[in-house]
Amino acid sequence: MAKDIITAENVHLYYGQKEALHGISLGFPEKEITALIGPSGSGKSTFIRTLNRMSDLNPEVTVTGAIRLDGEDIYSPKTDTVELRKRVGMVFQQPNPFPFSVYDNVTYGLRLSGIKDKALLDQRVEESLKQAAVWDETKDHLKENALSFSGGQQQRICIARVLAVQPEIILLDEPTSALDPVSSAKVEDSLLAIKDQFTIAVVTHNMQQASRISDQTAFFLDGNLVEFSKTVDMFTHPEKQETSDYLNGKFG
Amino acid sequence: MDAVKKELTRKSKASRQDQRGKLISLACVTLIMLVVLSILYMITSKGLATFFENKMSIVDFFTKQVWNPSAKPQALVGALPMIVGSFSVTVLSALLAAPFAIATAIFMVDIAGKRGRKILQPVIELLVGIPSVVYGFIGLTVVVPFTRTVFGGTGFGILSGTFVLFVMVLPTVTSMYVDSLKAVPQFYREASLALGATRWQTIYKVIIRASIPGLLTAIIFGMARAFGEALAVQMVIGNASILPSDLVSPASTLTSVLTTGIGNTVLGTLPNNALWSLALVLLLMSLVFNLLTRFIGKKGAF
Ligand SMILES: Nc1ncnc2c1ncn2[C@@H]1O[C@H](COP(=O)(O)OP(=O)(O)O)[C@@H](O)[C@H]1O
Ligand SMILES: [Mg+2]
Repeated sequence: MAKDIITAENVHLYYGQKEALHGISLGFPEKEITALIGPSGSGKSTFIRTLNRMSDLNPEVTVTGAIRLDGEDIYSPKTDTVELRKRVGMVFQQPNPFPFSVYDNVTYGLRLSGIKDKALLDQRVEESLKQAAVWDETKDHLKENALSFSGGQQQRICIARVLAVQPEIILLDEPTSALDPVSSAKVEDSLLAIKDQFTIAVVTHNMQQASRISDQTAFFLDGNLVEFSKTVDMFTHPEKQETSDYLNGKFG
Repeated sequence: MDAVKKELTRKSKASRQDQRGKLISLACVTLIMLVVLSILYMITSKGLATFFENKMSIVDFFTKQVWNPSAKPQALVGALPMIVGSFSVTVLSALLAAPFAIATAIFMVDIAGKRGRKILQPVIELLVGIPSVVYGFIGLTVVVPFTRTVFGGTGFGILSGTFVLFVMVLPTVTSMYVDSLKAVPQFYREASLALGATRWQTIYKVIIRASIPGLLTAIIFGMARAFGEALAVQMVIGNASILPSDLVSPASTLTSVLTTGIGNTVLGTLPNNALWSLALVLLLMSLVFNLLTRFIGKKGAF
């Protein structure tokens, strides 16, 4: 296994008084795809949102433990969340392109960093859209409103928007659950295509998807990390009874 | 068996109530339609009488500067000063109000949080509800002297009118823009923050941009209100129907000439018809504002 680029150490998370994560310790190996699976309500979204501190947006939330990115605790007071989120990008369940042109969507993050050079922006737009496998569909419509594209295309535009910033880690929270199977397959393809350049964490409740694309899988249940191992191992001989039950569709 | 059949085919109480309700609403709608149509007819026919019965020139009406419909032997109906006055106060007050409305609305929706909004919302609503005569009165006692000392002149004029209208349209524009900001989905904010935007960047690069149609609609609504406001403007504008050469000398608007003149004319005569022509211009302008908001509303969701 490659070295872990981001690691959670005994992370507890509370929504007000209610504990939603009961001490999660988990490392994400560099340039690999890690799938987070588990029934709904098991804390997958909650956990993934701690990795780029999106959970901070909810003032009710308290997090304890540590999350280290290249050894630095991202919850230390001197962490700049703006910088952090440029290094740890996020794609959401619902495609959420801004109601602007495709071009303006993809360049959004770059412009935030003050990049104005048209040639560089153009180049990054093309590169990112290609990486997200949506270039062919958008290259002649870059000035068109991103909302005029199909849901699957919108989601890949959102992936391109994240890629353009060139983060080190990309978090995806059920990126295909709002899409049809064909669009989902395209999103999966684009994830596989970029995995040698980015570290990817993807939440999914689609077990086939996890087995198709991920190198290792983490199984969440009721706010606990039940099992974490190589995907092939987990799907062929899970260690825990709960994991086996879940994979066999006994609950979820 | 027959009893059951009878029971089934008879109209139920609910459906009879339904029908009665429908009838009542239909009657109300018809009444309203009648009233609106007769108002439209009255204003249009009387307003056009100036040109068709009294044979005044439409071109003169829009381009000449002297307003004296009762002059003998040749009446003068140049409405340009009022038209310019009306547009000046409207545009200036909207321009002045827009930045304040934007800032206040953003503060209420994206910065102040729930508690701040709970305090500000009633304040804004209260401001909308204050009668215009009160605004005019305050304008007369505060704004006019203020303009006189700071900007010179008599204090009466377009500038004072602008200030008073600014205060009057600000709450309208603000509360409308608040609604449109609230309609901007939360996930745009999340998407922007997740890309490493600061809160401020998110506000001005995504939220304001996404809500521009709503902002324009709000401003045009404010302009419609400013354009049609009579009493408060009349109290501070000076009511001189001469083409304004600066912002601090007495001027007039369509509404102020209407309210001051309507009591001194006899129905059916030219001086009276000429006022109806001003009313017709007001009516057409409110139609334009209405169409504009509809047009913009179609273009964007927020
Ligand atoms: N904003 C919130 N406030 C309070 N509780 C929440 C909130 N979001 C999620 N939870 C709770 O945290 C637990 C984990 O939810 P979530 O992370 O959304 O699960 P998953 O993504 O695995 O479906 C659930 O019990 C859920 O009810
Ligand atoms: Mg979830």
